[in-house]
Amino acid sequence: MSPILFWVFALMMLVFGVAVVVNRNPVASALSLVVSFLGLAALFVSLDAFFIGVVQVLVYAGAVMVLFLFIIMLLDLKAEQRRKLNLAAWAGGGLVTLIFVAQLWAVLKRFPLGRQPFPALPPGPHDDVREVGMVLFSTHNLPFQVVGVLILVATIGVVILSKRELK
Amino acid sequence: MAYVVPRPNLTWKEKMYLPSIVAGLMVTIKHLKNMLSGKTKVLMQYPEEKWDAHMPEHYRGAPTLVKDTKDRERCVACQLCEFICPPRAITIVPEEIPGDSKWAKVEKRPLKFDIDMIRCIYCGMCEEVCPEQAIFLRKDYAITGITRAEMVHDKKKLYELGGVFDGLVQKWNPLK
Amino acid sequence: MMSFLSSSDFWFLVGTSLAKTIFLIFLVVLPMVSYTVYAERRVSAAMQDRSGPNRVGFPISLLGFKKDFSPFLGGLGQPVADAVKFLLKEDFVPGHVNKPYFWLAPCLAMIPSIVVLAAIPFGSTFLGVDMVVANLNVGILYIFAISSVGVYGIVLAGWSSNSKYPFLGGIRSTSQMISYELGLGFSAVPVLLIAGSTSLTKITQYQVDHGWLLLPFTAGMPGLREILLWIPVVIAFVTFTICMFAETNRLPFDLPESETELVAGYHTEYSSMKFALFFLGEYTAMIAGSSLIVVLFLGGWNFPFIPDGSAGWFWGLVNISVFFGKVAVLLFFFIWVRWTLPRFRYDQLMKLGWLYIFEIALVNVFLTAGILAFTK
Repeated sequence: MSPILFWVFALMMLVFGVAVVVNRNPVASALSLVVSFLGLAALFVSLDAFFIGVVQVLVYAGAVMVLFLFIIMLLDLKAEQRRKLNLAAWAGGGLVTLIFVAQLWAVLKRFPLGRQPFPALPPGPHDDVREVGMVLFSTHNLPFQVVGVLILVATIGVVILSKRELK
Repeated sequence: MAYVVPRPNLTWKEKMYLPSIVAGLMVTIKHLKNMLSGKTKVLMQYPEEKWDAHMPEHYRGAPTLVKDTKDRERCVACQLCEFICPPRAITIVPEEIPGDSKWAKVEKRPLKFDIDMIRCIYCGMCEEVCPEQAIFLRKDYAITGITRAEMVHDKKKLYELGGVFDGLVQKWNPLK
Repeated sequence: MMSFLSSSDFWFLVGTSLAKTIFLIFLVVLPMVSYTVYAERRVSAAMQDRSGPNRVGFPISLLGFKKDFSPFLGGLGQPVADAVKFLLKEDFVPGHVNKPYFWLAPCLAMIPSIVVLAAIPFGSTFLGVDMVVANLNVGILYIFAISSVGVYGIVLAGWSSNSKYPFLGGIRSTSQMISYELGLGFSAVPVLLIAGSTSLTKITQYQVDHGWLLLPFTAGMPGLREILLWIPVVIAFVTFTICMFAETNRLPFDLPESETELVAGYHTEYSSMKFALFFLGEYTAMIAGSSLIVVLFLGGWNFPFIPDGSAGWFWGLVNISVFFGKVAVLLFFFIWVRWTLPRFRYDQLMKLGWLYIFEIALVNVFLTAGILAFTK
């Protein structure tokens, strides 16, 4: 995959990622996040990870963000648009970001592997979906099941909480 | 007394809904088949075939002005129709009948009589209110035009559409 | 990398992809869309004992011919007239809308339904070129992903119109799409299990070898395995088709635009070409959905006793026509259902999606897996 495309999609991701934070309108923020996800999916595709790329779009852009948008539209958040700039919050946020970037830089500087290109992985014997499935259900079976139970617990919790509200 | 409609107890077959959906599909496809095989008679093909011959006497089409058998205009420009008209489609400019005229006692006649057919709602109030039986709703229903100006019927056009209407109106009575 | 860019293989790939895209979109799908609209009007008219648009022909007498061309059924020029009307109408934008999103929404409604078509194998081979624009090994997931993005067009249209009916339509469509996407995905899983791949080309190839999934006898007498598998396939077909109706906002699931309650739902405030884009998007989505059903259940381009494209370019063309013939039959089915069934009530729609379709599809996956495991 051409490096030009990498830069295009990486830039798209970053610009729209910033737009999520900067935008005053919540709907615009949510849509920027969707575009950012699409850029991420394109980056996955450029790494020949079609399955992950497509699932990124299917789950995040297609389902999660639609639900977000749904809630935002129902709430009609006018207050967010009228809110004034809070200098202290900006300074705090900037400081945290600065510390985080510094930390990343410090760690990555000592990590020599990160500065050389990895050799291309040999293609698997089967197609993506099968490979991912095999790895999930053999090597990482236990974590996979644990995650499944975790999500089930969360689902049941939500159902119980929403039932109680109704009474 | 309140009457409770009993809910029917559906069998499992009815609860699946699929049989009734299939039955419904069969009904529509039967109509399609009859249509394609020419079994169903289609409605009138409008511009070629028209319903005009079957139109009832009381049909309310375009409002028109009528003249009597002696080619005299019946309207006295009283402007009642102009005031009653709900969408204000009618505009009348009255004119005084000169004193040396034979019918000077009628006093007024319309100089201009315009009905804006874009506004007209074919309610027939003008016909009802007219004391001189001068305005009638006739059977013309296809009033079309390309410009707005074309859709305003002036006096000439209204008399053309209205034609002649028989019957005595009091104002022509020389004895009164 | 650079050597690949300048190699003749690369330009061959670019050339054939472009040719396929142009052929598929401009010569097949868009004409098909406009004639589906025409068919919708004629079929609905015939089902209601009317005659429908039967007058507009092609005014070729303007070009110097003796008579206007108005072949057999009449009205075949109607789509052209409709298109001209849409282009010439006043494009009215109400003052209270959120302009950028108002403009963006019709594009977002149209683009995904066209992009989806890229992964659909609409023919075998033609002159040695595979008749699929992008032969993805995750083809079906790609289609689900892109069509799930299609909901943004409707949601944005509803929200940016800034008035109550479009908003209700947008909200309805959001929850409807999310509810039925699950059923749609799970209904397709049995097919993926049976064919052992998510690549639509491989699924078609499986059906060429083993008979269409819905009609296993197209490749000779089916064995016990095929007969047993037929049961879950039929269930999957029914649930998949129902979900496809909901995904494409067709009656009986057209709640986002239900005319009787919401004026015109999410596109109430739209006029002219912007409205036409929603309209075209809906019908393109219908064609994409029908194509997907054909690929998954009805053998794709395969037809008994017709060889594939390796037997000559003529058979390649025949395969393509067979595919779109099957799509046309399904489109007729879509229209037929639309003019038969009344609209669901909103709670019934949600109940059907979550309590029946989803569960049936889920159990069906286990049923298929069980049959596959025992008849190995």
